[in-house]
Amino acid sequence: MIAGVAVALVQLVIVGAGAPLLVGALRTIKARLVGRRGPSPWQPFADLRKLLAKEAVVSTTTSWVFRATPYLLVASLLVATLIVPVVTTRPPLAFAGNIILLVYLFMLGTFFLALAGLDAGSAFGGMGSSREVAVAALAEPTVIIAVFALALRAGTIDLGRVVERFGGEPWLVANPAHLLAFAAFFIVMLAETGRLPVDNPATHLELTMIHEAMVLEYSGRHLALVEWASAMKLFVFMTLLANLFVPWGLAQPSGPMPVLVGVLALAAKLAVLTTVVALLETAVAKLRLFRVPELLAGSFALAFLSLMAVFVVR
Amino acid sequence: MSRLAYGMIVVVGVVAVALGAYGVLGGTGALRVTWLVPLGGLDLALDPLGGLFLALIGFAAAPVSVYAMGYPDNGRGGQFAYVVFVISMCLVPLAANVMTFVIAWELMSLASYFLVLQDRESKESIEAGWIYAVMTHAGLACLLAGMLLLGAEAGSLRFADWRSAATTLTPATRNAAFVLLALGFAGKAGVIPLHVWLPLAHPAAPSHVSALMSGVMIKLGIYGLLRASLDWLGTGPAWWGAALLIAGAVSSVIGVLYALVEHDLKRLLAFHSIENIGIILLGIGSAILYRVAGQDALAILGLVAALYHTVNHAAFKALLFLGAGSVVHATGTRNMEAMGGLIKRMPWTAICFLIGSAAIAALPPLNGFVSEWLTFLALFQNTHLVAIGQNLVFTLGIASLALTGGLAMACFVKAFGITFLALPRTDAAASAHEASRLMRLGMLALAAACVGLGLGPTVIVPALGSVAGAVLRTTPPVTGGDWLTLRVSGEFASLSTAAIGVALAASLLLPLAAFRLVGASRRTRLYETWGCGRIVQTPRMEYTATAFANPFKRVFDFFYRPTRRLDIEFHPESRLFVERIEYENPTRSIFDDWLYRPALEFLRAGARAVGTLQSGDANRYLAYILAALLLMLVLA
Repeated sequence: MIAGVAVALVQLVIVGAGAPLLVGALRTIKARLVGRRGPSPWQPFADLRKLLAKEAVVSTTTSWVFRATPYLLVASLLVATLIVPVVTTRPPLAFAGNIILLVYLFMLGTFFLALAGLDAGSAFGGMGSSREVAVAALAEPTVIIAVFALALRAGTIDLGRVVERFGGEPWLVANPAHLLAFAAFFIVMLAETGRLPVDNPATHLELTMIHEAMVLEYSGRHLALVEWASAMKLFVFMTLLANLFVPWGLAQPSGPMPVLVGVLALAAKLAVLTTVVALLETAVAKLRLFRVPELLAGSFALAFLSLMAVFVVR
Repeated sequence: MSRLAYGMIVVVGVVAVALGAYGVLGGTGALRVTWLVPLGGLDLALDPLGGLFLALIGFAAAPVSVYAMGYPDNGRGGQFAYVVFVISMCLVPLAANVMTFVIAWELMSLASYFLVLQDRESKESIEAGWIYAVMTHAGLACLLAGMLLLGAEAGSLRFADWRSAATTLTPATRNAAFVLLALGFAGKAGVIPLHVWLPLAHPAAPSHVSALMSGVMIKLGIYGLLRASLDWLGTGPAWWGAALLIAGAVSSVIGVLYALVEHDLKRLLAFHSIENIGIILLGIGSAILYRVAGQDALAILGLVAALYHTVNHAAFKALLFLGAGSVVHATGTRNMEAMGGLIKRMPWTAICFLIGSAAIAALPPLNGFVSEWLTFLALFQNTHLVAIGQNLVFTLGIASLALTGGLAMACFVKAFGITFLALPRTDAAASAHEASRLMRLGMLALAAACVGLGLGPTVIVPALGSVAGAVLRTTPPVTGGDWLTLRVSGEFASLSTAAIGVALAASLLLPLAAFRLVGASRRTRLYETWGCGRIVQTPRMEYTATAFANPFKRVFDFFYRPTRRLDIEFHPESRLFVERIEYENPTRSIFDDWLYRPALEFLRAGARAVGTLQSGDANRYLAYILAALLLMLVLA
């Protein structure tokens, strides 16, 4: 019980504090790759502090949905954090509903954020909401199916146990189902967290925006929460990708030592993954909005194939 | 007077729940009145499956009738049909022989037909009633044929005798009976492609009737499917399960796709009923396939998932229809494009509708999430089956359920957001008023049920497990876990919506505490929406439902086949000024175009061909009679 609470706290701190750092590091690496010096990786913390010091401006058109959404969004991601194996193979809320719960928690956040986008009654918010749910509706099923393909081979849908199973038998990873699921999951990660080539987190150009248009009306502490939640979503997705497909370095929380090893392993994996995403983002251009579904349909098909591959190559 | 009728149905509902719960818990009872009805008499029997559906009817009918008592113009009539409708529905799951079943079934259909036709002035209602009558009687014909076939082969019209005779029937008879019964029941359930009546009839009826039609009546189609495929006919071949699973996959995805582009609030909900029936069929199909393969524990899981979703759908769909009814009453329209801003004018209706939307979109920790979670797990354990064809059918089911979840979430963002948020788009919406007290009471009861069914799977799953065990005639495996956590299939998976609820509630408070800790600003300023420097904000700047659904229309254009019509009327002086713009972007139904229209044309051509015989010439008719007589003599 005490170990569970300790792991929960460690996970919350790592995700909560690591998420802004991850976003900052990604920006720094991207800047370096295109020859700029760029801001320090700690810049997002400064941004959050600035936002928290400012007053929040709320549109008179909005209802309580608009004000409640940032809190609900953060809550859904904090709970999601406790389901994912971050530094150990026994996440504290693993018993509560596994991968299906994780995906539906993301949907909970998307649902309310999209409602908040409509609440202010501006065309931008509605446009952003419409696009965001269109992307999410195609992306989130892919997450379920891709992870199912792994879970089927592991014989459990408990994410921690999936990691354990594959960590014990490294050759299992080199399997068509695994590779297809990886490709699908990677594309979906970019789409779900609003990265290139689906959405550009660095732009505020109206006609291309997705996520940024939806949260346009937020300011002050509300915006701080929304930004923090977006960063946490990126962190959770990248952690999931890293730990499911590179399942080494995680162990049961039998003492402080395995947890420490887990933290270091996660840091190393995320460093590599962040560099890969940064490289990708400097190399590709944003897709036209109506080409995005083709990409997502492709990743859905990959995930579907990986699920079929589990049966064909068993 | 009308209040008395609805009040009576509240009592009937409570009694039905009590009696049904008694049946679910293993109580039995029977009632036979042989002189009342020909061919075997009135014959009623209570068993766990019938009890569950009886309880379901009462559970939805009671709050819906409370709502109806508070509906301002409930004196419009239709109470008699309503009373007959609810009572005949209660008799269907209790019927124990063909005659009783068919009479109850037909009474239910006729009563709902009159309720659909309540607005006799509107052409739309009349057409809806007509199509409903045709489809429901085509279904009845299939049911009668299937039941009489079974009755003739088994030598009895009592369902209890079919059970024992099922193993002695030839495969051909069993397959024929299954196809006929499945067609009849699937038509009532609204399974695609037999769904065409549903999105027409449900919105045409008054909202409390729509709530019962969508929440309960179509479930009796599910009841019939369960009876036919698992009880009356024993264990069938694997293709029965595969067929139902595929039908479920198709219905769920296509139902939600139609709902996405529908902007009539009640019709949108009706399309979602098709989707949810699809999800229920996924569970039933998997149960049959597992049963054929001898995996009884998994068969029970599939059936529990289906039954749980049946109960859940009754709760949230009835709730949503009642919410839609309040909105329609307050604004005088069903068109979402004419609504908006209602959350400030009808806060109670809004929160109830929001809970229903979150529940149907399967957001945790509400009830829709629990049953979709169970359905996922049932579909997911098909590694225990060896036939690869079956594995692939299951994979299709998993993919469609996942896709349905995402699309349903998107659709209810639209349904709630466009209807209730932002500025009112019309004067009618701006002057909307909150629902009456009894209407709110009915909605709040159903909203509470959605929350309770979400948080209590550890209580409900064992109860449904015993029903499933009775249907499959095996003992259910002891469900693991404790009062907090539900364990499924040993180590495979576990669920604790109570823990999710507590964790979410605690996480809501965390940012507030953190703000205090870091000394965040707590000032809030109210100001108008930012709008690129325009002077006043008007509802014309809001995103519309059509625009909201447009990305989906483009992504799935191969399915919607949208047509576009743009009419611009320019000012006579200059083309730079526009006087009027009309834009239309309707979708076309592939089922109307490719199935029903060709079928109707074929029928019409056939009728015309036969019609040439009828020349109106008396001499020729005499010749026909002579020819027929000669032919009979020759044949004899």
